[in-house]
Amino acid sequence: MSWLVKTVNSSIGRKVLMALTGLFLCTFLIVHMIGNLQLFNGDGGYSFNKYAVFMTTNPLIKTVSYGLYAMILFHAFWGLYVTYINRKARSARYAITNSSSTWASRNMAVLGTVLLVYIAVHMGDFWFDYKFGHVPFTKYVEDVTSGQLISQEVMPAGYTQEVKLAAFANEAEGTQTVIIKDLYAEVSEAFENIFIVLFYILSMGALAFHLVHGFQSGFQTLGLNHPKYNGLIKNIGIAIFAIAIPLAFAAMPIYFFLK
Amino acid sequence: MSGNMNINLKVWRQKNRKAKGGFETYQVSEISEDMSFLEMFDVLNERLISEGTAPIAFDHDCREGICGMCSMYINGSPHGPLKGVTTCQLHMRSFKDGDTIVVEPWRADSFPIVKDLAVDRSAFDRVISAGGFVSVNTGNAQDGNSIPIPKDDADKAFAAAACIGCGACVAACKNASAMLFVSAKISQLALLPQGAPEREERALNMVAQMDAEGFGACTNTGACSAECPKEISLENIARMNREYLGAAATS
Ligand code: SF4
Ligand code: FES
Repeated sequence: MSWLVKTVNSSIGRKVLMALTGLFLCTFLIVHMIGNLQLFNGDGGYSFNKYAVFMTTNPLIKTVSYGLYAMILFHAFWGLYVTYINRKARSARYAITNSSSTWASRNMAVLGTVLLVYIAVHMGDFWFDYKFGHVPFTKYVEDVTSGQLISQEVMPAGYTQEVKLAAFANEAEGTQTVIIKDLYAEVSEAFENIFIVLFYILSMGALAFHLVHGFQSGFQTLGLNHPKYNGLIKNIGIAIFAIAIPLAFAAMPIYFFLK
Repeated sequence: MSGNMNINLKVWRQKNRKAKGGFETYQVSEISEDMSFLEMFDVLNERLISEGTAPIAFDHDCREGICGMCSMYINGSPHGPLKGVTTCQLHMRSFKDGDTIVVEPWRADSFPIVKDLAVDRSAFDRVISAGGFVSVNTGNAQDGNSIPIPKDDADKAFAAAACIGCGACVAACKNASAMLFVSAKISQLALLPQGAPEREERALNMVAQMDAEGFGACTNTGACSAECPKEISLENIARMNREYLGAAATS
């Protein structure tokens, strides 16, 4: 095993760990973004709330999500460690530098730190509340055959139940009543605050710059550089990871703020 | 050769590795725009000597862009503002009369300052001794045509071999990383059949020596390649990563 420890601790090995964890986090972003698009469904949060229950109860997803939290922390702190080593390689600074590289590529650690703070705030806002805080319950009644939502009603304050989602079928009427933990209400309440909205938008800007360099940089570090595919990798990094995903995420607080 | 340019030079002066350095300002007048940057320094140094002060120490040798000795960090760029040239091939016509030019040494802890603008780049020599060679027994050389090499590989190997070991990549990199240099040296041999027998140990040993010298690690900013006088491609760094990881996994 010592070759592995030695490799991982070499300058290249340390970069490879950043690339592998970073690219994994990129795939997570896609899943997270697509799932959260249900916030825009206009169904009073019914589909989004059901999705939130699924994501937090499915054992496989729960396992992956703990791996994910660990990977976020690893990527952040390993990145700071690597940055520290790299800074040590030049203790005397230049008086003038005329940078011939992109701003984003030179500021990955700063952008990453902003994102780490963001993730802490974001988890505190929603994940922590959902798991440990007082999230209201909402009762949805849906028509079983058409899947149409018939009514929706917030449960009285103080109402609580053992499970996040309780469903009762009413066969005579052909309806189903679902009482569910209302994360959607939490989200929409949080985004009434202009400061939270602005902080989220700013953080998504940091995400865009972090990924415009990070995505393609990950491939280069793994040695995946080929003239035939370099353009494609770069364009995916720009179009999907630096534009589409941050924009979609930023649209969520804006949507609720304007609603 | 004299001309009509007047230049305001701010040069880093430092007595030795340990001494505290600082900028000195010099007015250099009657400079011809056809002079090379180093000739402008020669004019200044002659004056300093005649005035009885110590001339500015700087490295140079071939003065035709092939040896890699010259090394000045000019106005924030290694080898100055012109792309794809060394300091010795930079001419005063790249500047304007009355310009202030700031000249610093390469700054990296692995390249300690010897004096003024001259730095000790023996770290590169030690990286090369760790594996940047091909071991052959003496005897008659084989006929070149008996070793077929795809044109594309030959071209890439030659392009990598254009590296003159000047260290501008380290100087330009915000991490003082030597990966462009080391990757060029690994690539030029990895791409050719002559380099194949020692391919894996070469990658492992050169990277290990590079790390031992205390260079930073690449974060793919691309500043090295943009400032490299030989325009060595970043593709080499990706190749080095593959060579190293492959060698580490199989050795
Ligand atoms: S890669 Fe370029 S900048 Fe670096 S040592 Fe070689 S020639 Fe100089
Ligand atoms: S003096 Fe030889 S390359 Fe400049």
